[in-house]
Amino acid sequence: MIIVENLYFTYPNGVEALSGVNLRIEDGEFVAIMGQNGAGKTTLVKLMNGLLKPTRGRVLVDGIDTRRVSVARLARKVGLVFQNPDHQLFSETVEEEISFALRNFGYDEKTIKERVGWALNMLNLERYRKISPFMLSGGERKRVALAAVLAWDPKIIILDEPTIGQDYMQKEKLRQFILQLNQQGKTIIVVTHDVEFVAECNPRIILMKQGKIIASGKAEEVLTNEDLVKEASIALPEIAKLFKCLEEYGFPRNVIDVYEAADIIYKRLRDQK
Amino acid sequence: MSVFDGFKFRSISSPIHQLDPRAKFIYVCVLFTVAVMFNNIIPLLILFLIQLPIVFMAKVQREWMRSMKGSAIFAIMIFAVNLLSLYFYAGHETLTSILERSLAMTIRFIVLVQSFSIFFLTTSPDTLGLALEQSGIPYELCFAFTTAVRFVPVLAEEAQTIIDAQKARGLEIESGNFLRRIRNYIPILIPLIVNAIRRSLELAETMESRAWGACKNRTNLYVLKIKTNDLLLILFSLLLLTVSIYVSINVYIPSLTSLLT
Repeated sequence: MIIVENLYFTYPNGVEALSGVNLRIEDGEFVAIMGQNGAGKTTLVKLMNGLLKPTRGRVLVDGIDTRRVSVARLARKVGLVFQNPDHQLFSETVEEEISFALRNFGYDEKTIKERVGWALNMLNLERYRKISPFMLSGGERKRVALAAVLAWDPKIIILDEPTIGQDYMQKEKLRQFILQLNQQGKTIIVVTHDVEFVAECNPRIILMKQGKIIASGKAEEVLTNEDLVKEASIALPEIAKLFKCLEEYGFPRNVIDVYEAADIIYKRLRDQK
Repeated sequence: MSVFDGFKFRSISSPIHQLDPRAKFIYVCVLFTVAVMFNNIIPLLILFLIQLPIVFMAKVQREWMRSMKGSAIFAIMIFAVNLLSLYFYAGHETLTSILERSLAMTIRFIVLVQSFSIFFLTTSPDTLGLALEQSGIPYELCFAFTTAVRFVPVLAEEAQTIIDAQKARGLEIESGNFLRRIRNYIPILIPLIVNAIRRSLELAETMESRAWGACKNRTNLYVLKIKTNDLLLILFSLLLLTVSIYVSINVYIPSLTSLLT
């Protein structure tokens, strides 16, 4: 469980990135943090694994104050996957890349082998085991970076812009994969701009603007609220736009799921016959 | 990082910022020569003081203070080394003259840092490149120089992101013995270097697709011209140089203590 209490953060150059954030993320929750560039999303998640320490207020991860422990210790619980995989890949083979963190955490060789195999299998990277990560495509590198974090099985997984640079198929796989992890009881926090991706996942939405949380709630409520969405500089999901147009014909407003939408329209068509 | 801020260009409008980099370069060269010419405290102190109005005219006092603070540790070291070596090897000099000589050497160092700081704080990499180009240095070299300067902050920022990413994977940079610590930097250096190479290749491609090097004679949107203020600065520099040469040959420079007592 992550508790953020009255959190302020100012960068050394004087930029106030967060001002008065309060947030509670339960175990096993699926949360998407959204908002425009510079709203403080990445800063907030960096505070959750201790890379940044609060200027004021505090962050508690399972009751541990992030100021009290090192990043390496927090990282066991909180796995943060960075936006750009090129900021972390350095090993000669994908296999070594994935075992890097496991070695840092002091796992024995047998466990490392098992975990690496499991992670490669999970993300469909088995055939690249002995290949240099630098030889892979952008999307594959991104998967390697994700596998490198999942390998140590953190209970909280934070993904910073996971959908950037992924084609539709990969995005769909990623979505399935994230949902699967969430069903296994992992807490998932996704930082993203991608409303369509979020609309299909249906997590809790946290909207941020200029270092503050402006809304928090169910995706179908937050993402269909035109004023909120506008304020956070994101777009309405396509389905929400469609239902906004259909509002005057008595259709409900808070629909973002394709299948739900299809169901509503089908029922209406059937009733009219 | 704060030390480097004392040498990083700040885009402000001031008479010093508008000076031609070539004029400023001549000034800095003269200052260097003169500073090395003397090892008495009075002329070096004068050199230090005549630069202060320039700092204020350029409105870079805060950044200048940073460079001064950053070099303080080196200044102290220079003072200590001079003091000790003079004390043990200079023989029959008095303690006050030893102190004065060490202080003079320290001020010389500060003057050098100060002039460097003023030059880089008030000269944008672009105009510096332009100045190089107009001095007849091949455009390719000038371009390489300005690009290198421009990418330093970008690389510094990227290095920080990489450090964060590896820390998030349990890397503890400051742990272990000496060799271990060096090895800890591998996961940081490799992505940094690989990204730098990738970026330079990408830059080369985008530059070429924008017709880089298409014509032999490249024209510039801005052309540097020596203006009245630049001439004045050059004149002042030359005057400073001549006076200094004259003084160093013909005039006996009293020590500070003899003046005070």
